[in-house]
Amino acid sequence: MSLFQLLNGLTFAALLFVVASGFTLIFGLLRIVNLAHGALYLFGGYVGYSVATKTGSFVLGGVGAMAAIAAIGFVLDQGLLRFVRGNELRQVLLTLGVAFFLNDLALVIWGGDSFTVPIPQLLRGGTKVFGTFYPIYRLFVLSTGIFVFAALWLLLNRTRLGALIRAGVDDAEMVEASGVNIQRVFLFTFLFGSALAGLGGLMGGAFLSLYPSADAEILTFSLAVVIIGGRGSLVGVAVGSLLVGLLNTLGQVMFPELAYFVIFGPMAVLLAFRPLGLFGRAT
Amino acid sequence: MTQPAKTSRLAGMTGRAAMIAAAVVIVAAGLPLVLSNYQVGLATEVLIFGILAMSIDILAGFAGRTSLGHGAIFGVSTYVVVYCMAQAGMSPAVAFALGVLAATCVAAVFALLAVRTSGVYFLLLTLALGMIVWGVCLRWTQVTGGENGMRADVRPAMLMSHSAFYWAVLFGAAIVSFAMWRFVRSPFGLTLRGIRDSESRMRSLGYNVPLHLFIGFTVSGVFAGVAGALYAMFNNFVSPSTVALAQSVEGVLMMIAGGVGTLFGAFVGAAAIIALENVVSAYTERWQMVLGITFVLIMIFAPEGIIGKLRAVLSRKVR
Repeated sequence: MSLFQLLNGLTFAALLFVVASGFTLIFGLLRIVNLAHGALYLFGGYVGYSVATKTGSFVLGGVGAMAAIAAIGFVLDQGLLRFVRGNELRQVLLTLGVAFFLNDLALVIWGGDSFTVPIPQLLRGGTKVFGTFYPIYRLFVLSTGIFVFAALWLLLNRTRLGALIRAGVDDAEMVEASGVNIQRVFLFTFLFGSALAGLGGLMGGAFLSLYPSADAEILTFSLAVVIIGGRGSLVGVAVGSLLVGLLNTLGQVMFPELAYFVIFGPMAVLLAFRPLGLFGRAT
Repeated sequence: MTQPAKTSRLAGMTGRAAMIAAAVVIVAAGLPLVLSNYQVGLATEVLIFGILAMSIDILAGFAGRTSLGHGAIFGVSTYVVVYCMAQAGMSPAVAFALGVLAATCVAAVFALLAVRTSGVYFLLLTLALGMIVWGVCLRWTQVTGGENGMRADVRPAMLMSHSAFYWAVLFGAAIVSFAMWRFVRSPFGLTLRGIRDSESRMRSLGYNVPLHLFIGFTVSGVFAGVAGALYAMFNNFVSPSTVALAQSVEGVLMMIAGGVGTLFGAFVGAAAIIALENVVSAYTERWQMVLGITFVLIMIFAPEGIIGKLRAVLSRKVR
């Protein structure tokens, strides 16, 4: 694998990390497997595309995407999921219904053509990395991924809110019993996790482009990341993203038509030995 | 407990149940005499998807594990049947058998990976596995025809007319339904129910839980494969949308609409969803959206299924 391909794998991993970290935060704390996460990614990408082309600002596109997806997340959590609290299966199937709805809605609004979010002037073109010419935008995605990881790590390990989230992952009832309004922490986490999907949509929309089945693809990758990494673990998502991102690139280089199998193999081996993922803990 | 008369028993079926089953099959067999060709086609579709929904119900209703990968198992069978006819020029019977065999193998691989998990993890894993099948069907263009899919005249000449094919599918559905009904009532099926209710208890009683789940999943895959092969003959065409997540989701929705654990409710659920699909398609192209909304509404208001909901509402009225 050449350096170019290695970098491709790393940038894809960075994108996966941004998307899947939101997924695993919600999964870990609220026990909600949000299968609409892929649809939120795609929706965020489309909203970001529209805002970015209308205003000409990539940053505004990102803000718009995150705000819009957080708003959808609010409706999803407070308007629908509250009716099926405590029943995992019903929650999952409900979010699946929402995914179908959002995906079709996106098809109505933006049509079936594929879009690419315009990259700002500053990030266009390429640069030399260890003697290899590489697009600046992809390096930007890579650094954004690292930045999000650092920010999330600080949030979870160095703030009161993070301590509450971590405590909630371990035992939400106990946190509530000690006088914390855990519902508010839940809601914040849900909105924050959704916003990360929206951000991922904008970032991915600029180099993977946006098209009607992109949500299913990113959801599969996110599921693989979370299954490998384990529920609710930040380090797990990081390791899972790196594995999936690199394996996917390796698969595309070596067996372009069967790239999915290259992710599937390690996932299978892992599940045989650790059904809860690398960093997952039984509850 | 009084034993029903031995003469009226057919392999464990009580006289009343056998009579009801016979009456339903006779009424269903009479349908082509009163329905239009188009409606007979719809009825055939209901039977095929009813089988798929039942195969999901074996796991969901009796082993407590909801699979989101059965659409892929179903679709693999469809792909293999169409491929065998179109590219390899095999006879329909051989193609049909190979299709079911392929589905069984895929189900066995899924099962190997999935039996160690339960609850939401099972759902996620089967979903991811199904997506992988979909991805392969979409990308492996040389074999699957990619996004364009494949076409083949799969149906044997004697089954060309709508009614003849309907009767053949009805015959198949009756046999498969009976087989599944026997399966869930067998000692093996009772063990699955035990696992559904308490895995740890069954394990301490000395049952090999993963092995039972593996066999249960694989058997369920055989039936999903039969449904997929029948679908190949029904549609004469296969494309990635046949193995897509939407297929699994529709199957699960039909199963839930009919009532989890009712087995034959699957046909009611299939009829309800296919009827809805046709009514909606007459007015709008947004079937996916309606499907999503239906799913959300059923989850919130009627998770016990249409029949269960009606029963609950009626009993409230009576009281």
